[in-house]
Amino acid sequence: QAVMTVETSVPFTGHRIDTPSRSVETTPKELLSFFREMSLMRRMEIAADSLYKAKLIRGFCHLYDGQEAVAVGMEAAITKKDAIITAYRDHCIFLGRGGKLIEAFSELMGRRAGCSKGKGGSMHFYRREAEFYGGHGIVGAQIPLGCGIALGQKYSKEETVTFTMYGDGAANQGQLFEALNMSALWDLPVILVCENNHYGMGTAEWRAAKSPAYYKRGDYVPGLKVDGMDALAVKQACKFAKEHVLKNGPMILEMDTYRYHGHSMSDPGSSYRTRDEISGIRQERDPIERIRKLILSHEISTANELKDIEKEVRKEVDAAIAQAKECPMPDSSELFANIYVKGLGVKDQAP
Amino acid sequence: EKMTVRDALNSAIDEEMAADPKVFLMGEEVGEYQGAYKVSRGLLDKYGPERVRDTPITEAGFTGIGVGAAYYGLKPVVEFMTFNFSMQAIDQIINSAAKSNYMSGGQISVPIVFRGPNGAAAGVAAQHSHCYAAWYASCPGLKVLSPYSSEDARGMLKAAIRDPDPVIFLENEILYGESFPVSADVLDSNFCLPIGKAMIEREGKHVTITAFSKMVGYALKAAEILSKDGISAEIINLRSIRPLDRDTINASVRKTNRLVTVEEGFPQHGVGAEICAVVVEESFEYLDAPVERIAGADVPMPYAPNLERLAVPQVEDIVRAAKRACYRSVPMAAAA
Repeated sequence: QAVMTVETSVPFTGHRIDTPSRSVETTPKELLSFFREMSLMRRMEIAADSLYKAKLIRGFCHLYDGQEAVAVGMEAAITKKDAIITAYRDHCIFLGRGGKLIEAFSELMGRRAGCSKGKGGSMHFYRREAEFYGGHGIVGAQIPLGCGIALGQKYSKEETVTFTMYGDGAANQGQLFEALNMSALWDLPVILVCENNHYGMGTAEWRAAKSPAYYKRGDYVPGLKVDGMDALAVKQACKFAKEHVLKNGPMILEMDTYRYHGHSMSDPGSSYRTRDEISGIRQERDPIERIRKLILSHEISTANELKDIEKEVRKEVDAAIAQAKECPMPDSSELFANIYVKGLGVKDQAP
Repeated sequence: EKMTVRDALNSAIDEEMAADPKVFLMGEEVGEYQGAYKVSRGLLDKYGPERVRDTPITEAGFTGIGVGAAYYGLKPVVEFMTFNFSMQAIDQIINSAAKSNYMSGGQISVPIVFRGPNGAAAGVAAQHSHCYAAWYASCPGLKVLSPYSSEDARGMLKAAIRDPDPVIFLENEILYGESFPVSADVLDSNFCLPIGKAMIEREGKHVTITAFSKMVGYALKAAEILSKDGISAEIINLRSIRPLDRDTINASVRKTNRLVTVEEGFPQHGVGAEICAVVVEESFEYLDAPVERIAGADVPMPYAPNLERLAVPQVEDIVRAAKRACYRSVPMAAAA
């Protein structure tokens, strides 16, 4: 298929590094796959919202709609041998790593077919076979963990890298700076991906960070600010970062993005930001609409064909939900399984 | 042949590093300084800086990095200069290391060892004297070991490094320089002790005394003194705090009908409290006397030597408790 070149929405901004080109190579096939994958992610999250309200999903549930371009753009630049670790807003990262809808919905509903056998829930999705290391619930703790995975990759002389994802809230955690210091000292192949959705729970970035220029906050570590609503810009930045960190050690990518939902299901997301702000972003920067426009303007597909894709995606999601609802809860014997690699036996764990 | 606990630990790490290229050591001062307590002496020269990795003073960061490396499949041995500093990193130990295998439905195992001196040394006051055995032992997903002798140190550290799960390995600064006899078996590079098995250090008939780490030595000294009064004490070296060897403890109590627990940590919710519960649950009808708990005083460790002595268990405390348990607070003729 013909390779085409598309300009990113805005230029990259660099810190201690020359920025990559705004011209991104892509193909019609890639644009269509971006459209499909992001639509699937969006639909999955909207469905999770309904399932939560129907009380089929329990506890905490953090939705990713609005941020999809980060997940798909990153995957387009790397392989499944590269590793990813993230925080609790993890459903779509899991899908990007090749996870199946049925595994996602089963996990959300605490069923045995879940990607963590129903033991993790919304915040603890994993896919070890595709180097996806979760799914972490303690804000910021995944950052040193990701740097450790990168240490493992370098130690094992694999030419692979780790993408360690965190939000603008976690960007203020001390352990980020501890881990970054060591990663830089040891030239670890790690990319710190700050998904800046501008609110750490309900605290606007400027109320939590003296400097919200997160790509600069590595000081001695180079950084790049990226339009995280533009999947092609994300792809370009991740490709660039992967090459950079394999040679030079860590780098920060700040993805300027936005979550449409509140922080979690208990947050309507309206007390600390205006509805106009949300609808403005939807109209002007939505990552799916951006790709839709590109596909239409390059006459890759028609508007109706794209609508058909969205219908297919909706069917796929509905089918997965139906299947997950049929799936039984984990067997009681699972309660004491997986605490240790080789079980010590119930006897050692419960009187 | 005799060997210090320090050399036992050093040789165990050395042998496991030689046997498995995935094993590496990291922590503060483990490399060029040769270890704050010289446990890692010589290893940097032998294995190089990739495998004996000096870290900056950033426990949360390097513990998280160690756990991440274990997720990937390496086998890190993370040294804390003392376990007091592990408090800076306890989130990574509890939330990232202990729970990942379970939360991931068995996908992410965490073969890592956290080791270093634990508990009271001498004259280092409140922030450097805490025993964390009970804290870590209360968390499913962790295994918690605490060696006493050189045999323990070698066999248990080798077992910990080979184990596929996160292991907390609680050493004792005072014991590092102590020498213990070691057999040829113990010196063999294949030597390994089972995790979860206690060791009966001295058989006895009248009272069971459980202890771990430095307190095993105190309990053995107490047993010597008690024997002069005709009391035959059975000394159990717990070795493993989690899993706890309930069978060995209960079998001993069913024989002696009396129990004294000894630890340097605080009494409330301590290891002794747990052992007491285990015995009450499984061997209540065998008990002929109330269980006695000897523990550190329920105060932050004081600095002045007279106060410090009052705050940590002494041999005479163990003797007194054992006599009370045997209804022998007043010396009387030996009765077998």
